[in-house]
Amino acid sequence: MSASDTNPEVSAIAAAPRVDDWHLDLHREGTRHDEAVAQLHGLLLRAARFEVFRRRGSLPQLSAVELDELAQDAADDAAVSVLRRLDDFRGESSFRTWAYKFALLEAAVKVRRRAWRDREVTLEPEHWERLAHAGPGPEDDAENEELLEAVRDGIRTALTPRQRQVLVSTVLEGVPIDVLAERLGSNRNALYKMLHDARRRLREHVAAAGFPEVNE
Amino acid sequence: MTPRDLDPTLKRLLGSNEPEIDCDECFARLDRYVELQLAGEPADELVPGLRAHLVGCPACAEEHESLRALLELDSVS
Repeated sequence: MSASDTNPEVSAIAAAPRVDDWHLDLHREGTRHDEAVAQLHGLLLRAARFEVFRRRGSLPQLSAVELDELAQDAADDAAVSVLRRLDDFRGESSFRTWAYKFALLEAAVKVRRRAWRDREVTLEPEHWERLAHAGPGPEDDAENEELLEAVRDGIRTALTPRQRQVLVSTVLEGVPIDVLAERLGSNRNALYKMLHDARRRLREHVAAAGFPEVNE
Repeated sequence: MTPRDLDPTLKRLLGSNEPEIDCDECFARLDRYVELQLAGEPADELVPGLRAHLVGCPACAEEHESLRALLELDSVS
């Protein structure tokens, strides 16, 4: 018989979970699982509110109540994601940090999409034709204009229509990648890969036009 | 002209040749990366390609900043 079996105080200490171990109960069933889910939701709501508060300047039309509803929705969606992906947690960070990122992602995406909900995304932009350089000084004007023309020509001729659309919308029009993904029926990762490929093609074109330093 | 002379818009258009991970990999590794940063560990060496991705992807960069800020807030509260 150990000391913890006979001394209620020692037994209580021994039974208490370590601070960061409560998440193990998410894998169980019953009351402890329910308590762990409630604790998880509280943690996710804290992160979601933090993110919505940070980005509230992009949503001036929303009241405090509406902002909190957005955070609640983000926390709910993040809880579903976390519970679905529990087995992905490898302990490479604390569970809290790992879980936080789900709530921050959900909240950030919701804020961006809400901010752009009533804004048009120009799907056939001609913005690059007006691309102008804000260079260091007039002495560089000639070389800068050649570089700019190479960039404009690259956007016009070296990219596929979809690559051009993604590059111009995200970089020149400032459309958040999540918003563009939603409008195009795609996702962030797929659009970023397209953006990455577009940039590589553009660098190759500009380098071949006499500016190899852009590809170094 | 060196790449450093390019204005910010051209830099964002052209990106860089530095190897980088994609958005899904960034999300998978972000928690470890931020904890390493806050611990003063060489996060860029231990999680290669993530810093370059943050330079190229504003959305992932915002979420990195937020996670770091939230953990910093936790550490003082």
